[in-house]
Amino acid sequence: MSAGNAIGGGNALGVTEDTLLDIYRRATLIRVADERFQKMISSGQLQILYYSPRGQEILSAALMTTIEKSDYLVTTYRGIHDQLAKGIPARLLWAEFAGKVTGTCKGKGGPMHITHPDSGVMVTTGIVGAGLPIANGLALASQLAGDGKVTVVCFGDGSTNIGAFHEALNLAQIWMLPVIFVCQNNLYGEHTPQAMSTGAKELIDRALGYGMKGVQVDGNDAFAMFAVAAEAVERARAGQGPTFIEAKTFRFLGHLLGDDSHYIPEPEMAAAKAADPLPAFRRKLIDRGVSESVLNAIDAQIAAEIDDAAQYALDSPYPDASEVRVDVLKAPITGTAEISV
Amino acid sequence: MNAVAKTPSKKINFTQAVNLAMDEAMAANPRVILLGEDIADGQGGGVFTATKGLSAKYGTARVRSTPIAEQAIVGAAIGAALVGYRPVAEIMLMNFMTVAMDQIVNHAAKLRFMSGGQTSVPITIRTATGAGAGFGGQHSDMLEAWFAHVPGLKVVMASNPADAKGLLLSCIEDDDPCIFIEHTLAYGVTGAPPPPGYRVPLGCASIVREGTDVTVIGYGPSIAPALALADEMQREGISLEVVDLRTIAPFDQATVVASVAKTRRAVVVHEAVRAFGVGAEISSCIHEALFSELRAPVARVGSAYCPVPFSPPLEKAYLFNRAGLEAAIRKTLTR
Repeated sequence: MSAGNAIGGGNALGVTEDTLLDIYRRATLIRVADERFQKMISSGQLQILYYSPRGQEILSAALMTTIEKSDYLVTTYRGIHDQLAKGIPARLLWAEFAGKVTGTCKGKGGPMHITHPDSGVMVTTGIVGAGLPIANGLALASQLAGDGKVTVVCFGDGSTNIGAFHEALNLAQIWMLPVIFVCQNNLYGEHTPQAMSTGAKELIDRALGYGMKGVQVDGNDAFAMFAVAAEAVERARAGQGPTFIEAKTFRFLGHLLGDDSHYIPEPEMAAAKAADPLPAFRRKLIDRGVSESVLNAIDAQIAAEIDDAAQYALDSPYPDASEVRVDVLKAPITGTAEISV
Repeated sequence: MNAVAKTPSKKINFTQAVNLAMDEAMAANPRVILLGEDIADGQGGGVFTATKGLSAKYGTARVRSTPIAEQAIVGAAIGAALVGYRPVAEIMLMNFMTVAMDQIVNHAAKLRFMSGGQTSVPITIRTATGAGAGFGGQHSDMLEAWFAHVPGLKVVMASNPADAKGLLLSCIEDDDPCIFIEHTLAYGVTGAPPPPGYRVPLGCASIVREGTDVTVIGYGPSIAPALALADEMQREGISLEVVDLRTIAPFDQATVVASVAKTRRAVVVHEAVRAFGVGAEISSCIHEALFSELRAPVARVGSAYCPVPFSPPLEKAYLFNRAGLEAAIRKTLTR
């Protein structure tokens, strides 16, 4: 965690100004990247399935500020907020989204399978709920090695109804694994509201069923999210086992870009947008005495970073067709690509 | 480091062979761990006792009994493998792998490729299966073709204890995800002991009997009947060459094609249901390579197109057998 002075004459949560600015920087990076992705998709420069994290920026930014680069992250197809906040270089992420050989995964994974171990991003899955059992394995490795690392796995509310979720929570608890389950509850699984898909009134009650510590938090509140995540990380590092965090949030752009969110009542959407967490956080920082010029400088630096990343992606070459034979197995495939001999 | 038990000089069975392989692998590499239902000694050392004694020797941190939760087992193995461990997951029976197919097919098989080679999943999944024991429709299926059809997985099955030990060690040491299939009826079958340190390279078939008239290609439980037939038919002057694939995917096309180029006749035999089975792939490859040289179409022998039945006469009717293999060989010879 960054060192620095607590804001507002000493903060009970121990959040320093450096940390708050770090959260602001990460959230802004997500916001600017998201806006640029939308622009490039609508202009035809990128042809991808895009699951916007718009509205969930503060959640990821605060969460990732509580862990180190060397800690592990597992996330989902709606994941650029997690990936950018975790520290994947923007250039590599953008190039991967564009299917270029300079991307994190040489263009072989694409938007739904971003991987970058150097940033601790170990798996991005396109299968709802599938990341949780794998996160347990990463945490098991840390527990066995005694390396003090924690694993954070992010998933949506929809994941809490699939079998893998339940198998994973149970195993994590009985083995006391250093893993933090972060349910980014944006209230809709694809187009279906939580109340229609989940018997439990509160998702946090899922944790109870496994004897696991569960915490419900407003994920759009940077201070609350940071405090809850920091405590979960501390518990995991201290060998006190997993935590289930239900972080409430909202997605502004539906399930998939192009989805008109017709299934979300207009007042609900309007209220969420009025409480847009990043601008709200910015106002709070200014109220606490952070100078606007500091925030503007961060904004400008990030705009330049995304300009550079987008251009890098556009300018980069596609992978050579021969890459279909590479990375399937450790040894390159010889003979015809269709026959595995 | 614990010393590995000396390789026995007398015959060993499959159970001892796979136990020995895991024992040697765990002694050699502290990052080899085992996960599965009931596998620690406190729970019996595995339902087939394949892991017996290993938790006593290496501790329950490395030999971990799990809940009955196949996705959790395979997922945990994958995650640990991503960061340098070499997990061996026991999925008690092959039909239970269907519960974990997402983890196996969408993750274990693909993470190396989808990450552009940044990560890899060096796991081994040991699993038992096979008909003939009266286990019925959900405890007996041979599903190797499913896994062989997924790029990124290696699929292995031994026909004798020595190979079982050598292949399993190679799987554990391999950098790709491996599915290691054990036959429930074979655990008690004995064979020559493997020499110390014995390994069977993956992707290499073995010509277990040389012959000149027909090549019989099989693996696992189809090798013993093929060898028995080879002895029997030799007496009437028919010479069978028997190729044991050992690695089903990726299979050793060079050895198979070279053998059939010599005999110009081939029969592929496996316990799995014949339709859409491994035999179809091998037969096709032979035809593509040798069509004009073949004296007869490649024949396929497998089990009947039905779920594995319980009632003994029905199970017998389902299961591929020596008589069917013999008939296929003779038919090939009449062309």
